[in-house]
Amino acid sequence: MTAVGHERRWALAILAALGLLALLPLAGPREDLLNFVFLILLSITLAESWNIVAGYAGQVNLGHAAFFGLGALVTRTLWIGGTPVPLAMAAGAVTATMFALVIGVAAFRLRGAYFAIGTLALGEILKATIGNVLPEISTLPAATIASYRLTLRYYLALGLAAVSVIAVATLATSRLGLGMRAIREDEEAAEASGVGALALKLTALALSTALAGLAGGLFAYYHISYYPAHPFGPHWTFDALLMTFIGGVGTLQGPVLGAALYVVLKEYLALRWVDIHLLIFGALFVAIVLLLPGGLVQAAERARWMFGRRA
Amino acid sequence: MTVLAQQLLLGLLIGGLYGLAAAGLSLIFGVMRVLNVAHGELIMLGGYGAFWLSALLGVDPFASLVIVIPASLLLGAVLYWGLFGFVVRAHEETRVKNSLLIGFGLALALHALAVRLWTADERSIPTSYGGAVLSLGDLAIPLVRLATLVLALLLIVALQLLLSRWRWGKAIRATAEDWQAALLTGIDIRRAYLLAFALGTALAGAAGTLVTVAYSVSPSIGLEWTLKALIVVVLAGLGSMMGTFVGGLVLGVAEAASAATFGGPYREIVGLVIFVVVLAVRPRGLFGR
Repeated sequence: MTAVGHERRWALAILAALGLLALLPLAGPREDLLNFVFLILLSITLAESWNIVAGYAGQVNLGHAAFFGLGALVTRTLWIGGTPVPLAMAAGAVTATMFALVIGVAAFRLRGAYFAIGTLALGEILKATIGNVLPEISTLPAATIASYRLTLRYYLALGLAAVSVIAVATLATSRLGLGMRAIREDEEAAEASGVGALALKLTALALSTALAGLAGGLFAYYHISYYPAHPFGPHWTFDALLMTFIGGVGTLQGPVLGAALYVVLKEYLALRWVDIHLLIFGALFVAIVLLLPGGLVQAAERARWMFGRRA
Repeated sequence: MTVLAQQLLLGLLIGGLYGLAAAGLSLIFGVMRVLNVAHGELIMLGGYGAFWLSALLGVDPFASLVIVIPASLLLGAVLYWGLFGFVVRAHEETRVKNSLLIGFGLALALHALAVRLWTADERSIPTSYGGAVLSLGDLAIPLVRLATLVLALLLIVALQLLLSRWRWGKAIRATAEDWQAALLTGIDIRRAYLLAFALGTALAGAAGTLVTVAYSVSPSIGLEWTLKALIVVVLAGLGSMMGTFVGGLVLGVAEAASAATFGGPYREIVGLVIFVVVLAVRPRGLFGR
């Protein structure tokens, strides 16, 4: 089985699962179930978007929340101001991408861990600034709350998750994705064999931040009230990182599995203990970095290999 | 004018703690090429050590350094054996990246553990001398904060002496300089790594104690202190502990100046901006040789 066929099979399987989830609202479930699945879908988009830069281009971006936050900020502002939601979300995504391209040129001068801590600092700068400029909580007008429909948000999240899965699947099997992986493995060697590292890294960042901006827009459309600085918080980056690594960084299905597992565990454990899921995921994450760099996906492959079945 | 001078003075006083926090990170980073982003969480643990020693046993927070420092040294050794010791086997670039990831996971786990064990409340240690102030003209110097600055300086000097006089201190410096050459001259570099990591953690514990005495501690202070330490390390470069200490003072004063100019909420931003600018000028960061 070639790697390309593998990715396609997974893409089809995930899209089929998403297709089944599209039937869920028709069954008239309780609202909390829809909210729960919504959270998984939003997490899938966020994790896959982070995976593009970290998993394929090999750059650990610790400022991802900045782009999620920018998408949320622009979408919320325009939407409350009367712009139709699709347009507002598109504007949010464009803003996030433009910002990413501007800082990307400078940030990609940094290699490895310096890129990581540099982007972490940029994310914190943006969060602190937004928190200072917009300290007031943002709440929807009463008329909007009255006409609030969860199903609409649910389908939007579903569509966005599908788009991000298709985007990553397309990328993974394309020349572009191949070039990115070459950079991930050895940047000097990739450049020597004719891969334009900076252009490819910027492409990865643009794609990644466009999806993150859309996810932020969805967040802004979904929540009735929140502090504008909240979506800029570093935990959005950390969540994406954990979900991606635990599922399997640099794979299509890893972030999807990681996101589902993360949200399920978080909701399940939150009923008993505050934040204990982070203790488990933090420890699991360390174990994975040390022992199983490919995450759950690699664990499953090893298990299959050990039991002698065809991979 | 006096208000400004007072603010700058307070900035200088907290700057000493920035320097101390950064010294541990710098030592570990310089010797092992390991970036421990859980450094702030180690500071937080040191702070809770001092808090509980005071709350449960009535130990004076300054005296608790005598217990917190050896305990942190031990914690550092355990963390090295259990986690970071595995990372140093990798090639340098992989090493920095993997250590970053491990530190990150450790930070999350320690934060969650602290919230679980001690709740998310902010805690401080009440002392009989907590309100004492030294008047210097129009300026008021809080004695406790002055003491933390002096202690931070003493600890840095002690570390400097340790690194220049002690047999293993020299081994640590040799390993930082060129680990291959150190290995060839018969230095057990694994032990130098272990000692550097343990010493760095001990400095974090000491910094945490002083932070808790002069200010307060809560499970969420970790990221903030990691960032402060990173900023100072990037600002001051590697190699000189005294330089790191001065870098901390500079950051403290710069923050105070920025808070005085643009308003309190902006004090955090100046350091981060310095950080980004220095990185942009020196993209190879601290190893730029």
